[in-house]
Amino acid sequence: MLTTASPALDQRFGLARRVTLPGPLRLDSGALLTPVEIAYETYGTLAPDGGNALLLCHALTMDQHVAGPNPRTGKPGWWTRMVGPGRPIDTDRFFVVCANVLGSCMGSSGPASIDPATGREYGMTFPVITIRDMVRAQAMLLDHLGVARLAAVVGGSMGGMQALSWAATYPDRVAAAVVIASTARHTAQNIAFHEVGRQAVMADPHWRGGDYYGGEPPAAGLAVARMAAHITYLSEAGLTEKFGRRLQAREQKSFGFDADFQVESYLRHQGLAFTDRFDANSYLYITRAMDYFDLAEEHGGLLAHAFRGTGTRFCLVSFDTDWLYPTPESRSIVQALNAAGAPASFVELSSPYGHDAFLLESPELERLVAGFLRAAA
Amino acid sequence: MNLRPDLAIIARHVRAGARVLDVGCGDGDLMAALRDSRGVDARGLELDATNVALAMARGLPVIQGDADTDLAGYPDQSFDYAILSQTLQTARAPDRVLDDLLRIGRRAFVSFPNFAHWRVRLSLLWGGRMPVTRLLPERWYDTPNIHHLTIDDFRAHLRERAITVEGAWFLSGDKSTSETAANFLAEHAVFLLTRNPSA
Repeated sequence: MLTTASPALDQRFGLARRVTLPGPLRLDSGALLTPVEIAYETYGTLAPDGGNALLLCHALTMDQHVAGPNPRTGKPGWWTRMVGPGRPIDTDRFFVVCANVLGSCMGSSGPASIDPATGREYGMTFPVITIRDMVRAQAMLLDHLGVARLAAVVGGSMGGMQALSWAATYPDRVAAAVVIASTARHTAQNIAFHEVGRQAVMADPHWRGGDYYGGEPPAAGLAVARMAAHITYLSEAGLTEKFGRRLQAREQKSFGFDADFQVESYLRHQGLAFTDRFDANSYLYITRAMDYFDLAEEHGGLLAHAFRGTGTRFCLVSFDTDWLYPTPESRSIVQALNAAGAPASFVELSSPYGHDAFLLESPELERLVAGFLRAAA
Repeated sequence: MNLRPDLAIIARHVRAGARVLDVGCGDGDLMAALRDSRGVDARGLELDATNVALAMARGLPVIQGDADTDLAGYPDQSFDYAILSQTLQTARAPDRVLDDLLRIGRRAFVSFPNFAHWRVRLSLLWGGRMPVTRLLPERWYDTPNIHHLTIDDFRAHLRERAITVEGAWFLSGDKSTSETAANFLAEHAVFLLTRNPSA
């Protein structure tokens, strides 16, 4: 063991941690990544037998600050209603780990990291990564933390893809998996929306083939990418309820191309705010990883094969207005789990908020997750 | 736990340690009883999201779905028993649901309210009204029961489809009634069925 100190004093545990693991990490592309930097946070206390560890996997543009304050913005974590003492993912009970995914820009290795071979940012020389590569990097982190087996892995959206990939890649290390508003593969439509975003970034003259570090970043392109993506996270009813055709701070249309409509102003704000916190190249790499995700393809074309002989208990949740990863995607995962004989629970929740519902207030979701984890993990 | 009488009969006759699929499992009363008293590996299918959530909170693996459309994905003979309690009469295609049960399970328990019970007959005969009884509490327009059947209807159907009856229980309230007068005296019935009598 690395340490015999009490867990409270163990430097591996706590908020805003970062570790450099020597690797190498062999990626799906065949490339080797050395070293592997991982930024992460832990909450709660790892039980002496290591049996209470729970891995939280974050979505595309999220970060490791799931329940602790974000040190850069000072804002509370992005899932505080779900994670914390006495919350559904109870940090009094679980030792919760959340790591920034590989390819991202919040402290883990990604295109904005320094390539030790050149002393400069990787940019587009960073290897293309997959969801399974993210999971392998997380497994390296858990080895470092002394966690052999997870009581549960939990994730929404891209986090759910990681949870599925965890169960398929390391079946012996996962007792339970919670997969919320997610999918086992990106559809043509999913890929199409991502490609719009990537092309918007690449069309920005500041992108310069990804070699913009130290100069002006491709903020305009990234903002457009975020605007397009943001629409897919909402529902038509949600947009109508929030904005309708209402005009933005004016009595009548301007007969010009200002943000006349509130929805335009909102999207522009979302796009701009995003560029302050996210690296454009990371956006390219992570969306690519999501597009490449097809769990069935990794297992001979049959999704059920991904779960053959699994002992993991599964909990899947979809939302009825989510058109990014609609309920039939979850249902096909459930069918594969049934075919594999895996114990699975699934429920479709009702919400007006589309894909984003999993991050918003949802007492039903909180009750479900709490109940499932109380019983299963 | 106090199980509904038809569920109590099923619970008593499921082999310990069996694999069971409970179709229309509600909030999981039977599944929990089977798990806790007989070490049964029970899985559930249930239409109502609130019930699914309640069952999940009890640690039961339950999938939100519809017996009419969501049984197709289950492999053949993957369970020792498939159970359909008080749900057959709500299916759009009860005959196909029954076929699916006997495909997925080596045996199937099926329970349903008997529409030929004397109270139902009296209500129609003397009142000229659709019956509202203890087991059929909804009125004609809000009942989920769209395919009413009698015990004799069901027996005839089993004969036509060459389905073997391995057991049958007939209940009036929580009391048993005789087999011969069942179609008149029983409020509901429980059948244990199979297509592989040797299995």
